[in-house]
Amino acid sequence: MSTAATPPDQPGAPLLQMRGIVKEFPGVRALDGIDLDVRAGEVHCLLGQNGAGKSTLIKILSASYQPDEGTIVWDGEERRLTSPMAAINAGIATIYQELDLVPGLTVAENVFLGHEKSRLGMSQRSVANRATRDLLKRLGHSEIAPHRRVETLSPAGQQVASMARALSHDTRLLILDEPSAVLDAGEVANLFRVIRGLTAEGVAVVYISHRLEEIREIGDRITVLKDGATVATGLSARDTPTSELIRLMTGRSIEYVFPPRSEKPFGDVVLEVEGLGLEGVFADVDLTVRAGEIVGLTGLVGAGRSEILETVYGARKATAGTVSVDGRRLRPGQVPAAVGAGIGLAPEERKSQGLLLDQSVADNITVSSLRSVSRFGFLDRGAERRKADELSTSLDVRPSGVARKVRTLSGGNQQKVVLARWLLRGCRVLMLDEPTRGVDVGARTEIYQLVRTLADSGVAVVVVSSEVDEVLGLADRVLVVREGAVVAEAPAGELDESKVLDLVMEGRVA
Amino acid sequence: MSNRGTEPVAVDDVRGDADRSATERAEQEGLEAGSSRGGRVWELLSSSVGRNLGLLVGLALLCVVGFATAGERFLSESNLITVLLLASVIGVVSVGMTFVITGGGIDLSVGAIVALSSIWCTTLSVQATGRDVGWLTMAFSALAVGAVCGLINGTLIAYGGVVPFVATLAMLASARGYAEILSNRRTQIVDVPGFTDALNARPLGVPMLVVIFLVVAALGWVLLNRTTFGRRTVAVGGNPEAARLAGINVKRHTVLLYVLLGMCCGIAALMIVARTTTGSSTHGGGYELDAIAAVVIGGTLIAGGRGTIVGTVLGVLIFTTLTNVFTLNDRSTSEQALIKGVIIVVAVLLQQRLAERKVAKT
Repeated sequence: MSTAATPPDQPGAPLLQMRGIVKEFPGVRALDGIDLDVRAGEVHCLLGQNGAGKSTLIKILSASYQPDEGTIVWDGEERRLTSPMAAINAGIATIYQELDLVPGLTVAENVFLGHEKSRLGMSQRSVANRATRDLLKRLGHSEIAPHRRVETLSPAGQQVASMARALSHDTRLLILDEPSAVLDAGEVANLFRVIRGLTAEGVAVVYISHRLEEIREIGDRITVLKDGATVATGLSARDTPTSELIRLMTGRSIEYVFPPRSEKPFGDVVLEVEGLGLEGVFADVDLTVRAGEIVGLTGLVGAGRSEILETVYGARKATAGTVSVDGRRLRPGQVPAAVGAGIGLAPEERKSQGLLLDQSVADNITVSSLRSVSRFGFLDRGAERRKADELSTSLDVRPSGVARKVRTLSGGNQQKVVLARWLLRGCRVLMLDEPTRGVDVGARTEIYQLVRTLADSGVAVVVVSSEVDEVLGLADRVLVVREGAVVAEAPAGELDESKVLDLVMEGRVA
Repeated sequence: MSNRGTEPVAVDDVRGDADRSATERAEQEGLEAGSSRGGRVWELLSSSVGRNLGLLVGLALLCVVGFATAGERFLSESNLITVLLLASVIGVVSVGMTFVITGGGIDLSVGAIVALSSIWCTTLSVQATGRDVGWLTMAFSALAVGAVCGLINGTLIAYGGVVPFVATLAMLASARGYAEILSNRRTQIVDVPGFTDALNARPLGVPMLVVIFLVVAALGWVLLNRTTFGRRTVAVGGNPEAARLAGINVKRHTVLLYVLLGMCCGIAALMIVARTTTGSSTHGGGYELDAIAAVVIGGTLIAGGRGTIVGTVLGVLIFTTLTNVFTLNDRSTSEQALIKGVIIVVAVLLQQRLAERKVAKT
């Protein structure tokens, strides 16, 4: 069997050294000089806001991505890991937040997927089952039967199966991406027991979590990332003050210009959400937005922010509560009803949820207002083009030309097209989910200005963003969402970034 | 057949501009890369006008081959009319199929729906009410049967969550089975003179069935390119999630697409009944392959999001001519089937290469 524990290296010897890692995607420098040292037998925590570069870094460690610059020294030797398989063979295993198990296969089949126990091409089920049972026992979960189908396991059980798979290779570095997100308190304690067992055998663990209390409990050292670069490394996980960690995470290099807030008092209540709930995701959300007001929702990815927007919009069917626009109740789970009542949504995944990429700018702008550019179902293409032209000119969509395919535009201009769609529709409520994701700095300012102008014209705006400074700079009022509940609500002027981060990560102001 | 050339509406011009600028871009890139010719050919093939030109050239080549191998027999009036009549029936189905495929679906049951419609409407005249049934009743019942089959397909797919492949495969089996039960597997001869005479007439020398095909194709072109229904179809096929979040009722629209195709099958059934003066549970055999092939060869994306009626019409003509040339040269239907399969695969491979090139460029 290949799972015998590797003898612990000399205490403190660096197992992994990353220096100056750079990774660029078209238009974005996702990583801009990452340094990271991981020693055998330690739990090394990665800390950083959404978008700081943690996910990209993990993908480079697991060799899903190749770095553009920088060196990786693994076990004293400079290495280039060219494929995920090469990383696994070198002893680096990654357990992603979205577990990548095949639900219809058994635990044992999943554990040995890709390196099946077989002889002469015939799979040896009993051998695999036995080996899996040993691995599960080592993880302290001998109650899971190797022949159980993975889909019948709880999330915690599936995570254990994932870890068993990692250990079925000669794993010396285990990367855990937000492993506690799917677990309850008891299960987290169990996870920590497993981690301590592994580190005692000399396995190094890179642990990613937003929950500071966990990092304090399980971590040895911390590396903080911000805007794709390492800002601090080798901090003690137990002794570094929280205020210091938050300062490191938030200290900004780029300041965005936010438009001034309006002096005018807000108008009547336009959007009223009462006791809205979606079973298992969020519960009891109240939200009122007045004409002319921008309300910001912030929180961690997975806290339920996007789901709240999508439920208000009818894209998900609420299991509790009501949504009203201008005092009229909407039928739950009906997007056309929400659109008819005047709600518009600029979704989080712009390309897959917001746009018809292979169609023209004009088609994308008019798709929600086809009735207004047609008569008896026949399109008035002159009017259609005129209206699309007007809007794309006034929003300064570049390059100009409404016949251009949306796919060829940059992220910022694509977002303007989505906004133009709802401007043409003339909506009463505009909901924006991560409006500046993938948008470059210059276009951000334009989009902020546009959103403010819309609000000033009497639209009620809801903005969801993981970037705390964006919410604080743009919104009039801020709601903090944590684990499916609104934990705080206050005017933006009464909050600052570290207060909000405390709320986001710990649920209370420290 | 389309009024593309005679109607100088804004967006046509826009499309022209887009194609032109795309060509220019490609030329520039090509020159820089030192392979301007290859680049230009690919670019032309991936524009809609270029694709249709390519299909026309293919059709012309096929006619040359037909004339070279079968000579006068190929060019004779009776042969050409036979080709057109065959193309008309399958063409009406293909126009409907263009909508379903553009909307991101597929329908394998078209042949079976044609058979069931033909049996249903001839049963009315042969078994149930005797000879008094009028042609209107027949026409109405054929359309209604097609629409109901389409409604079942569409509802299963949109609201039942059954994948189109499975739902329509089930319809393929059931509809033909039901047609066999209704007819007792007997061919039903129709004798409704008003009906057969009207559909076999030749106004201005053009067979009525061809006129019907042209009318259906023209209506289909308008529906796809000039109406909100068509625009929504493209949106639903191109990105169903984005279409849903833009406020389009994607499920209802999907159902309508299958109903539309079902009604096209009903029309095709009437055409076959008139041409053969029979209703039979074997009518429409293999139509699913012919219609899907014609649509795909015509340039409609098999994955949805882009559709072309002109391309479909040309695709149908190419396929029918091909069959005719094979038949005239005494080639077996097995050989025809083999070649058809190869052509479909080549067409889809070509589509994918073109799509990849486009994405790679942006």
